[in-house]
Amino acid sequence: MSKTETLVRALVDKHGKSRNSLMPVLQGVVKEERYLSEEAMLEVARELDISAADVFGTASFYTFLDTVPRGSYVIRVCKTIACHMAGKDVVIDALSDMLKIKVGETTVDGKFTLLTANCLGWCHKGPVMLVNDEVFPQITAQKAVEIVEEYARKK
Amino acid sequence: MSNYMVNLKINNIPVSVPEGSTIVQAANKLNFRIPTLCFHPDLSVAGNCRVCVVEITGARALAAACAMPVAEGMEVFTNSAKVRTARKHVIELLLSEHNADCTKCFKNGHCELQELAAEYRVGDHVFLDLVKASDKILDISSPSIQKDNSKCIRCQRCVRTCEELQAVGALAVACKGDHQRITTFMDKSLHNVVCTNCGQCINRCPTGALVERNYMEEVWDHINNPFKHVVVQTAPAVRIGLGEDLGLEPGHRVTGKLVSALKHIGFDSVLDTDFTADLTIMEEGTELLTRLKKAIVDKDETVTLPMTTSCSPGWIKFIEHTFPELLPNVSTCKSPQQMFGALAKTYYAQKKGLDPKNIVSVSIMPCTAKKFEANRPEMRASGYQDVDYVLTTRELAMMIKQAGIEFTKLDDMHYDSIMGEGTGAAVIFGATGGVMEAALRTAYEIVTGREVPFNNLNITPVRGMEGVREATITITGTRPEWSFLEGVEMKVAVAHGLVNAKELMTAVRDQKASYHFIEVMACPGGCLGGGGQPIPTSADIREKRAQAIYAEDEGLPIRKSHENPEVVQIYKDFLGEPLGHRSHALLHTHYKPRKRY
Ligand code: SF4
Ligand code: SF4
Ligand code: SF4
Ligand code: FES
Ligand code: FES
Repeated sequence: MSKTETLVRALVDKHGKSRNSLMPVLQGVVKEERYLSEEAMLEVARELDISAADVFGTASFYTFLDTVPRGSYVIRVCKTIACHMAGKDVVIDALSDMLKIKVGETTVDGKFTLLTANCLGWCHKGPVMLVNDEVFPQITAQKAVEIVEEYARKK
Repeated sequence: MSNYMVNLKINNIPVSVPEGSTIVQAANKLNFRIPTLCFHPDLSVAGNCRVCVVEITGARALAAACAMPVAEGMEVFTNSAKVRTARKHVIELLLSEHNADCTKCFKNGHCELQELAAEYRVGDHVFLDLVKASDKILDISSPSIQKDNSKCIRCQRCVRTCEELQAVGALAVACKGDHQRITTFMDKSLHNVVCTNCGQCINRCPTGALVERNYMEEVWDHINNPFKHVVVQTAPAVRIGLGEDLGLEPGHRVTGKLVSALKHIGFDSVLDTDFTADLTIMEEGTELLTRLKKAIVDKDETVTLPMTTSCSPGWIKFIEHTFPELLPNVSTCKSPQQMFGALAKTYYAQKKGLDPKNIVSVSIMPCTAKKFEANRPEMRASGYQDVDYVLTTRELAMMIKQAGIEFTKLDDMHYDSIMGEGTGAAVIFGATGGVMEAALRTAYEIVTGREVPFNNLNITPVRGMEGVREATITITGTRPEWSFLEGVEMKVAVAHGLVNAKELMTAVRDQKASYHFIEVMACPGGCLGGGGQPIPTSADIREKRAQAIYAEDEGLPIRKSHENPEVVQIYKDFLGEPLGHRSHALLHTHYKPRKRY
């Protein structure tokens, strides 16, 4: 059994074999593998006895359930109005310069993916950045770069 | 529905309807038509298009009449100024995102969206035109089905059809907001996913987003080519459906006019799939009896029972994907269409002294999956592609109109010979339960020498529209060579619509049910409700078509497949015996597992 199959089965064991488990199972896969591979979605469909298109459709509905490969660290900068007014553009530009990637891309070493996100509920403390599930409110371009440098030093 | 009646007023007129009725249903009772788009009588209610809005006194917002249940004392207005404006805006908004090139659209003249636009006389440029060139994602990967995203209004009737009626789930809603679209797993092409090509989604799509791949021009070209001998076969369900697309009410039998029309169009020989339906019964009946003998007398444990039918190509692709482990249960018989194709370029060619390479074999089918079937690599037994083109009932209706034929004024004509003779048993192939009934009429008589013990040959327990039906027939008074079947209770089951087939086959797989013989048709109602039949469809329309099928059967002089004189003749002149050497080569095949996921 592949690593993905083992992961999916463990998640299904934990959350149960019903349609209601679809979200927690998908979230569990993304937590481990950063994105939902074709293999992972097919396995989830098989385990929950629902159609593969349904799994894909559900995943495509949520920004956080990616269906394309992502880096080990997924950076998301909020692009919605409050964060926009608070200066999210300079943050994104700085990160893009530093990582040498555009929004939507992943660094060649597979470490970072730079994305934007819709409102993250931190509007009062924008601009806000997310690295995997860690939240960084009220960031500046410089702070953002420092934080990402910190991650770069981790393995 | 409850017996409790609810009183309300629609447009100031009192009406009472059973509790749980929707406003649309109540309005229908008063003959007020409320337009709908995402609603379809065969499907669950989605309530997403808002075309059906009505005003309810005291309510803050307009309500969706297809979803809103009636309440005591409710006052509904279906045509107030507010309603009219809202409805018109809904249609205009739908069109602002719609690639409305009606004149080039396959659905032109048969489109629910177009009809609504015409009815409400929508103006130009009320809303910004949001159609982008990139919206045009045309998928023509499948030989059966064409999907054009730029024509889709996201009503999700197709998604519900594929899931609720067919248990396939090939289509799903992806993304949200203005990115929302109907797609397949990972946006793969329809040909590369679990789609069975059944066409049920086409029958329920209100626009041109899902239509059949059409081959009318190719067929016209061959008809106009003097060097080609173009033969055409017509499936049983075409003769009871075609009229609906040519101005007749559902349930009209038009067999004789169908034959005349095909001759007028210019086919060289107008023949009948009923002939090979009868032949299928000979082959499949013999196969069933052989399997039973091996299991009961020879105690051969490799024999797989229950045996299932194999004439529905949607069912075949479904089992390949969903129950590959049950493929040995499927009869090895090809479908009547493919038996016909294999014989047209061998037996027919020989008898007529034609070179098979100059024969073009066309079939008229109530089905879209038959287009896929004709293209299968398994279907080249004659040394050529056995069936060259498959047209739906709808495509034929269009060709009849193109040819300028006044269909309803045509005289009745008879099918040509050879391969034009069919019995009542073959006609009922077009209705769910029909193959079972036809097989029993013949098998019982082979085994006992007597007719099936049912009044006037009508095996009513296998008829009807129940999703899964079962029957038991006790075999008594067997002929000596079949004595091992004496007293055996033949257990049979019938399923139509793949959601019912899935239920039945799950029980078989899990050994929770045991049968000898199972008939499965992919489409609701059987072929009469096929994905290539006239649109619209509903339980009521399918019921009328079924009545027409059984009336056609009762009206025919011969109603048992083994009595078809052309069938008797082909065994004498060409095939030898059922399951014989030649039959094996031409009329039988095996299918391979496909990935479900
Ligand atoms: S789907 Fe209907 S409205 Fe749209 S282009 Fe085709 S005919 Fe016209
Ligand atoms: S053709 Fe049948 S199986 Fe394929 S998408 Fe349509 S409804 Fe589903
Ligand atoms: S393809 Fe047809 S049925 Fe499906 S959502 Fe689009 S318009 Fe509706
Ligand atoms: S707008 Fe950025 S968190 Fe709400
Ligand atoms: S028909 Fe009622 S909301 Fe679509």
